[in-house]
Amino acid sequence: MSANANIPTNGGSSPVPPVKLTRKDFVSDQEVRWCPGCGDYSILAQIQKVMPELGIKRENTVFVSGIGCSSRFPYYMNTYGFHSIHGRAPAIATGIKASNPELSVWVITGDGDALSIGGNHLIHTIRRNLDINIILFNNRIYGLTKGQYSPTSEFGKKTKSTPYGVIDYPLNPLSVALAAEATFVARSVDTFTSHLQMTVERAMHHKGVSFVEVYQNCNIFNDHAFEMFTERGVRDDAMIEIEHGKPLVFGKEHNRGVRMRSDMHLEVVELGNGVDESGLIVHNEKAPDSYLAYMLARMESPDYPVPIGVFRDVTKATYEDMLAGQIKTATEKMGPGDLEKLINSGDTWVIE
Amino acid sequence: MESVTILNNVEDTNIEELETVTIRFAGDSGDGMQLTGTQFSNTTAVVGNDISTLPDYPAEIRAPAGSLPGVSGFQLKFSNHDIRTPGDEPNVLVAMNPAALKVNLADLEHGGILIVNTDAFNENNLKKAGYETNPLEDGVLGGYRVFKLPITTLNRAALRDTVKLPPKEIDRCKNFWALGMMYWLYDRPLEPTQQWIETKFKKPEIQTANLTALKAGFAYAEAAEIFTTHYRVRRAAIAPGKYRNITGNEATALGFVTASVLAKRPLFYASYPITPASEILHELSIHKNFGVKTFQAEDEIAAMCAAIGAAFTGSLGLTGTSGPGLALKSEAIGLAVMTELPVVIVDVQRGGPSTGLPTKTEQADLLQAMFGRNGECPVAIVAPATPAECFQMAVEAFRIATKHMLPVIYLSDGYLANGAEPWRLPAMDELPKFAVELTTNAEGFHPYNRDPETLARAWAVPGTPKLEHRIGGLEKEDTTGNVSYDPENHMHMVLMRAEKVARVAYDIPDLEVFGEPEGRLLVIGWGSTYGAITSAVEEMQHRGKLISSIHLRYLNPFPSNLGEILGRFDRVLVPELNLGQLALLLRARYLVPAVSFAKVKGKPFKIRELTAKMNELYED
Repeated sequence: MSANANIPTNGGSSPVPPVKLTRKDFVSDQEVRWCPGCGDYSILAQIQKVMPELGIKRENTVFVSGIGCSSRFPYYMNTYGFHSIHGRAPAIATGIKASNPELSVWVITGDGDALSIGGNHLIHTIRRNLDINIILFNNRIYGLTKGQYSPTSEFGKKTKSTPYGVIDYPLNPLSVALAAEATFVARSVDTFTSHLQMTVERAMHHKGVSFVEVYQNCNIFNDHAFEMFTERGVRDDAMIEIEHGKPLVFGKEHNRGVRMRSDMHLEVVELGNGVDESGLIVHNEKAPDSYLAYMLARMESPDYPVPIGVFRDVTKATYEDMLAGQIKTATEKMGPGDLEKLINSGDTWVIE
Repeated sequence: MESVTILNNVEDTNIEELETVTIRFAGDSGDGMQLTGTQFSNTTAVVGNDISTLPDYPAEIRAPAGSLPGVSGFQLKFSNHDIRTPGDEPNVLVAMNPAALKVNLADLEHGGILIVNTDAFNENNLKKAGYETNPLEDGVLGGYRVFKLPITTLNRAALRDTVKLPPKEIDRCKNFWALGMMYWLYDRPLEPTQQWIETKFKKPEIQTANLTALKAGFAYAEAAEIFTTHYRVRRAAIAPGKYRNITGNEATALGFVTASVLAKRPLFYASYPITPASEILHELSIHKNFGVKTFQAEDEIAAMCAAIGAAFTGSLGLTGTSGPGLALKSEAIGLAVMTELPVVIVDVQRGGPSTGLPTKTEQADLLQAMFGRNGECPVAIVAPATPAECFQMAVEAFRIATKHMLPVIYLSDGYLANGAEPWRLPAMDELPKFAVELTTNAEGFHPYNRDPETLARAWAVPGTPKLEHRIGGLEKEDTTGNVSYDPENHMHMVLMRAEKVARVAYDIPDLEVFGEPEGRLLVIGWGSTYGAITSAVEEMQHRGKLISSIHLRYLNPFPSNLGEILGRFDRVLVPELNLGQLALLLRARYLVPAVSFAKVKGKPFKIRELTAKMNELYED
């Protein structure tokens, strides 16, 4: 007999619920306890807004988090949720998704949770390519412990634990995800509501692991962290929205672009005076290798426009599907598990 | 010496009947001694002896050839009656090289049989083993019956004309030559090993080579008139039934598959490779047709967390490790306690602290299992007593975990894990029944609604409509599961989690006293020391001493009648392979002056050590 019979599923019905849910259906009865003005509010609102559009049932959705400000997130979603321990959300999510692949599994994490204490789980969960969505709120600071530097804090930054400045070099979350062979890598910003919604939607629809970095402002311990490029006045010249199949053009007047020098360095050029779009890099998120995505992910302010959008979106078999496939093959080959046969296998003898 | 010689000269003038024999095979870790020992054991089990085995292998996969750290041993005891341990001292030692002799000679009984491969006793190997003179020549072996055989040469001669293989491959067959010789010496049939060789080795030349070596060893022993006698151990009067030989790790794995079938919940095993627990991962990864999912995690913490995630979805969440891994899992076990999810954590204990003695046995994780977490964080703890019993205790671990909705730590150890004994196979209707029900009713649902009897909370899993809820590591309000920092609630929940574990006591069998219900001395053991303690107590009882024993398979909570039994004896002795961890718990809980008998050498107790200690206490 198979022990597999009672896994709850969505009953084989259509993935789209019969009654259209609204944002409110995804709001739990718990009072939100982030600091007023925190970027987390916007991210929560965008995800709650997008959920009804994704066609997944509430009961089939699980939000898993670790520890940190962002990790309070599951309490505010009227879905299944698991607020776990520091850094371990990807591992818990792995157990959930591998056990029941029917579930839509989301990991909400922060820069400290994912890249410091949970760095190991992050890279291994990404490389296994489970079909889960990892949203990393990057505020470049430890908020919940009141203001120590994080693995994404800028070199030299003065914080509570580094009064003389940070002397370790920061990680770039996208580089980490790409190095771990993520099949979907994107970045957005807490205040760019429609871009964030679009990014979350695309992450959800990607079959395989999705890694989304969201620049999130901590107005208490690291206010204005991203303002130098996200402010309305400078944004167009300081950021670039990358899109599949389109040349890398940015600027208020669409007058600047990014191209590759012969020594494999990216450079920013002014369009016009003989320089046109034909020489610019054309973004290809489907490239089988991740070199281009990696180069784009390395563009940082102020030398380059800070990129947002989808860096990589490729397809690979998922861990849970391959696991189920092995079970299917083994069952076809050996027949469904027969306990009596199993216990009586090996070299046996009978004592009369 | 346990073996009793009866010279009754039946059938064969040169055959001598023995009751019990203990043999140790020892050689270089590349010499195939584990294989030789396993084959001898299986054949011996098939002919109907009772048997108990213990491999003893180095942590290094291939330490330098001929060196002392590279010695690998396999001890087995077989008998015409019921036995419980792999024997104190071997009656027979097969030493394939000088290092094996050096490491093992001290254990061989006085006057015991020593068989050595003289070919390996060259200058180089003697030096590596630290012998200044050749022990085969300098008289140090005077107290033993020594058989000097050039096994390498004899094996080469046997194979030279049969197979075309490089010399190195031919030499690799010499363990089968030695095995064949031992089969003649102890009157065992060749067929079980022949069949095994035929299925194991696909290459015809290798198959032929090993078969030839096996037969050649047997024929040599029979013909060469070196051994004047050979020995017979008649079949044991064992309970009727169908049997197989099984190690503790195999039995553990089969027990968990069985739990999954009985509970009708899928099994999810997450583990990071660690000695001596890895075989559980290997074994479970085979049984995919039972819907078993195995996950080799990136580390111990991830394995624990994945098991928790699996339990959250309604699977039987399982992880397995050894002591260092249990340390890494502590924080996550706390999460499982807080979220009240049914996970089972297997700890196959080994010598510690730190990396310690990875391949040696010890019982020093009991207090870690009891207390090794932050906060008031109780879990249930079970411990199998014999390799075969690992099967039923694995089932039991999940029965408790799912019925009471709490984590259960299952304490095995290296001795149980690698040791083997005949297992009487249970019939399907002998297996315990346990139903597991998931909550689906949304009416009045709260994630921490509790069963009034067990206090178990509802198991409501993702995918179930209208039961959406959030759990986590923060303290929560009882019933609703909402985050709560209320002081009264925290006290209430700490007591609640303790009470849940305490109530498991109503759901486990009472202890049975081995021997008289009262007396002068009560010996208490737990885990793998069962065989040695029970054998020693039995021996003392035969000598007319008022000694009884009890064996704890449930360490948290203790069985309900433990305190009452303790009160019926003058003195209490607690032998453990640690510095007195159970003794500490017994003293604290029952205020008895329990005497600890500690041994921490990476080795199991010898029966003789225990009887000596019992005598001392008894006469005191």
